[in-house]
Amino acid sequence: MSEMRTPLSRVRGLGSAKKGTEHFWLQRVTALANIPLAIFFVSAMVAHAGADYVTVTAFLSRPIVALVMLLLILSMVWHMRLGLQVVIEDYIHGHMAKLLALILNTFFALAIGTSSVLAILKLTLA
Amino acid sequence: MSDTSDKTVNGEIHQRPLSPHIQIYRWTLTMFLSILHRATGVALYAGTLLLVWWLMAAATGPEAFALFQGVAGSWIGRLVLFGYTWALFHHMFGGIKHFIWDTGAGFELSAVEWISRGATVIPILLTLISWVLAYKFMGAF
Repeated sequence: MSEMRTPLSRVRGLGSAKKGTEHFWLQRVTALANIPLAIFFVSAMVAHAGADYVTVTAFLSRPIVALVMLLLILSMVWHMRLGLQVVIEDYIHGHMAKLLALILNTFFALAIGTSSVLAILKLTLA
Repeated sequence: MSDTSDKTVNGEIHQRPLSPHIQIYRWTLTMFLSILHRATGVALYAGTLLLVWWLMAAATGPEAFALFQGVAGSWIGRLVLFGYTWALFHHMFGGIKHFIWDTGAGFELSAVEWISRGATVIPILLTLISWVLAYKFMGAF
């Protein structure tokens, strides 16, 4: 039906952006990955409840722990960005407000992701 | 289309039919869980700030880490972390519930109810077990 739409409507990106299936799929794939990763994370937190600085940093600096933590961060940040995108699209209807919220969502997810990765790498590569 | 008011020719307010919403429906476990799934998702989103703080504090040094531990170990810190634990398990089992329904299985009304009850109770139990174990690892008993 694209020939029925005016060029202006097309450049404004109205209508389906053909991204829905990819969004759904990535949301589910990251959700699946998050299950074992989050179980590992909670178990690690429980086992280190009240642990001191030396114990915690020694744990986080182990390559296998750092690797799983990196995977957790990547999968979790990706998942939460997709999830909040849907929340924003459902509740924020003003064009500029929605646009701004979607951009801030991306910024937040990237900020969380990069700072976590930086901290993990510093701990494990030190 | 010049007159867009809802008044009839007699000047009475026209009561237009409204579609039912959450104030109208009888509450069911499934709709409650649907709302909680989104709410816990948003809470977990905000809670990643704590995870970053913890990782950054560990990467920065003993003083930064002590500050985090002081806040996280306070009663309000523990309350937030307890809520975070529950939100994580609740969202996880809400997701597992959706995985089951994604396959097209479990849509009989009785199955829907049992899956929903499981997705409500199991996360609470896992949260309690996690915290009992955490206190055990801390040497509380």
